Amino acid sequence: MTALLGLLRKETYHILRDKRTLLVIILLPVLQVIIFGYAIRTDVDRVRLAIVDPHPDYATLALRSRFTAAGVFSVVAVESRVDALDALFQRGDAQEAIVFDPDFAEHLARGLPARLMLVTDATEPNTGSAVQAYASAVIEGYERELQSRAPGVRIVPEIRMRFNPTRESSNLFVPGLMAFILTIISSLMTAISLTREKETGSMEALLVSPLRPWQIIVGKVAPYLAVGFVSVVGVIVEARLVFNVPLRGSVALLLAESVLFILVSLSLGILVSARTSSQRVAMMGAMVGTMLPTMLLSGFIFPIESMPQVLQVVSNIVPARWFVFVARSIMLKGVGLEYLWRETLILMAMALVLLTMSTRSFHERLE
Amino acid sequence: MSPATGPAGTHRLDADAVVVDALVKRFGPIVALDGMSFSIRAGELFGFIGPDGGGKTTLFRILTTLLVPGAGTARVLGQDVVKDLWKLRRRIGYMPGRFSLYPDLSIEENLRFFAAVFGTTVEREYSQIAPIYSQIEPFKDRRAAALSGGMKQKLALCCALVHRPEILFLDEPTTGVDAVSRREFWDLLDRLKTTGLTIVVSTPYMDEATRCDRVALVQRGRLLALDTPQAITQSFGRPLLGIRANDRYRALLAIRDYPQTHTIYPFGDVLHFTDKRQQAAPEQIARDVTAFLESRGFHDIRAGTIPATIEDSFMASMGAPEDHQRTGAA
Amino acid sequence: MTGELAIETQDLTRVFGAFTAVDHITFDVRVGEVFGFLGANGAGKTTALRMLIGLLAPTSGSARVAGHDVFTESEAIKHDIGYMSQRFSLYEDLTVRENIQLYGGIYGLSNREIRERTERLLARLGFEGAANDFVRALPLGWRQKLAFSVALLHQPRIVFLDEPTSGVDPITRRQFWELIYEAAAAGTTVLITTHYMDEAEYCDRISIMVAGRIGAMGTPSDLKRQFGTESIDELFVTLARPETAGAGRAKP
Repeated sequence: MTALLGLLRKETYHILRDKRTLLVIILLPVLQVIIFGYAIRTDVDRVRLAIVDPHPDYATLALRSRFTAAGVFSVVAVESRVDALDALFQRGDAQEAIVFDPDFAEHLARGLPARLMLVTDATEPNTGSAVQAYASAVIEGYERELQSRAPGVRIVPEIRMRFNPTRESSNLFVPGLMAFILTIISSLMTAISLTREKETGSMEALLVSPLRPWQIIVGKVAPYLAVGFVSVVGVIVEARLVFNVPLRGSVALLLAESVLFILVSLSLGILVSARTSSQRVAMMGAMVGTMLPTMLLSGFIFPIESMPQVLQVVSNIVPARWFVFVARSIMLKGVGLEYLWRETLILMAMALVLLTMSTRSFHERLE
Repeated sequence: MSPATGPAGTHRLDADAVVVDALVKRFGPIVALDGMSFSIRAGELFGFIGPDGGGKTTLFRILTTLLVPGAGTARVLGQDVVKDLWKLRRRIGYMPGRFSLYPDLSIEENLRFFAAVFGTTVEREYSQIAPIYSQIEPFKDRRAAALSGGMKQKLALCCALVHRPEILFLDEPTTGVDAVSRREFWDLLDRLKTTGLTIVVSTPYMDEATRCDRVALVQRGRLLALDTPQAITQSFGRPLLGIRANDRYRALLAIRDYPQTHTIYPFGDVLHFTDKRQQAAPEQIARDVTAFLESRGFHDIRAGTIPATIEDSFMASMGAPEDHQRTGAA
Repeated sequence: MTGELAIETQDLTRVFGAFTAVDHITFDVRVGEVFGFLGANGAGKTTALRMLIGLLAPTSGSARVAGHDVFTESEAIKHDIGYMSQRFSLYEDLTVRENIQLYGGIYGLSNREIRERTERLLARLGFEGAANDFVRALPLGWRQKLAFSVALLHQPRIVFLDEPTSGVDPITRRQFWELIYEAAAAGTTVLITTHYMDEAEYCDRISIMVAGRIGAMGTPSDLKRQFGTESIDELFVTLARPETAGAGRAKP
């Protein structure tokens, strides 16, 4: 028994005396509880609502003000034509739209069913159905109010789910999954590869040669670029064939954006391994610094809109967040660069900054 | 260091492959190099002899531009190791301490890689490495991980030589390798020397010192001595006696009680003895210690003068073994 | 106890696939002997050693270590032997005292025994001041001496040392050998592998393995006489096959 106790005590010492691992073990659960706790919110807030009202009048305005008063919606646009909606949805400016029939008020007054369309961006089914439920509730409330004064009034909402009519969750996961897989390949594997070279001592031989740091980095990291690219293609093919995930936009654009994201992840992997020559530390760094944020804060599983303001701000520096948005938009909404130029520019800037930083961090000497 | 002014000065500068002046290197609280100064001539086979932790690897890393000195200067092939690192890296060959080969690549693949890194090919440089490479070439498809220690040595040497360096640094190339392979390796080095290559080797094995042109004894970041092996052993300050006795261990303990003992160390089957009386004649010393041992009941004592070895010299200049140095390093 | 055998093997063999690492070796080690186990890299020394300390099962043949059969009683062997290797001796992020305590506990010593032996060990080595230092702060020579003493803590009958003096300065190396002699004089059998040929001379008997077999065995002086060499080093070179034969052997 003493032997076993002795062994337990030794292991405890190892854990306590390894400051870096200790930090991760203690901080990580705390962080995770906070993030998960706040991230897993299926209620929605500040839903971006677009209104198409060809004939605004007392009835439509009244219903519109009910929506505003509900506190959950924030009206981002008021249009008079339906075709304005496309751009709004594709850009992601609107999550929900109410399209009033031109005869809405007239039908109400005459006791005929008054029609309107409720269009929801279903690229996130959780949010999509919750948002739609809220909107329906507001409409029903107004209907009851009218009925108390004039029985027989009916409002008939027609419900449309855009972009993901059948609300397949696989459609939503695939873009996020791409980001996650690429993060593993590009960040984690790169970090491991670089530190393994340092651990075995062969890095010394490379450094002493005429090879410049950038050559060493490119040489070690480029194969992972290729592997990442092949993975992306594989995921897309599998998603199309097995899960029938749509690919409504340009495949070339999707692949190009993937390459951009791979470059960003590669740079992160290099940065993570710059300060350490231990594979273990590099792996932990890659997991905490790249994989966890990708999983939790990129919108992969948990909608960003549902997170508290703080986390939403933080998610802006998670590269995967931008890539997931881009991938979803291209695959499910079929949009092109005209709508995605902002996100693409952000990814490019990240790539540039991170590549520069990582090249600088890689010394031409041992220290 | 500006070029020396007269012809004699420049000539001296050209003849030295390595010039080190007051080199200091610290890692946190640990002093790895404590003010070393020396020079190595072109074409020399130069050895740094000393136990682990003495600073040999740190010194080599500075000379091969992998580390920057804390203080002092180092010039290799006439160029400064800090300022001219890219020029130097083409001219230096380096075999680091841990056989930095790629275990999952074959012999041939490893060699091709290092050739490519230096902008050349195995075919082009074949004549340069042939004497060594021909010994392992029959196994060229074997993975480096599956090689014996001696073969790894030879491969590492080929990889370091493939770009025709003007100076070769070998950091403990014979550590962990058996006696036969060690000898063969030094034979290879002798061969290499004839091509005019300057070779700088570090080793913890004292007996390998005799195979160098000149050696530097290194301990705790300092040079204990620097000269030809013969000069070092000849400068051993006292007569050295070799004592053979039947029960070596008990004889050793007994001699510790002998009042005239200065040092007594076992060396294989012989005890190396030095007497406190530096002026006494060796024959007298031998007689006295034999008498002492016989008085303690030992028979068949043979005591006679023996030439000092590098190890004797090292131990004499060492001072106390590493009682006072704590490394503190991870 | 003299005259008894601490280790005896009979046609001990170990095969890895198509490769025979240890090829029918037969030898004995007497109690209290200091036995040098030499051989070139790849000759099978490490594999043979591993079989004797219970880390690897033999393919065929037989061996008894400290009176136990290596096939059937390998666990019992572990209580009666100590082991120290060049690659790993003590935990670097534990202090000297903690290391001793750990191994004392692992080998079932009582707290009192551990305390007493710790003090004795520290006094013998002169390490009292360093008892609470982390092992990684000690110089190499100190670490090796400490590791050896820890291997002896539970007073095993046999201690196996795998290249214990590599890279250590010459004076410390000799101090280490004095520790070995003391242990042997107290009745502990010592089996040691080393690359320092002069250390072979310190042994009572040595064996030299070549290509999986024992190429020579006997006292150093007998062997030198038999092969007509001045030193064990020369003997080794004569006996051990050079690279071309040893080269064919892949490491298991």
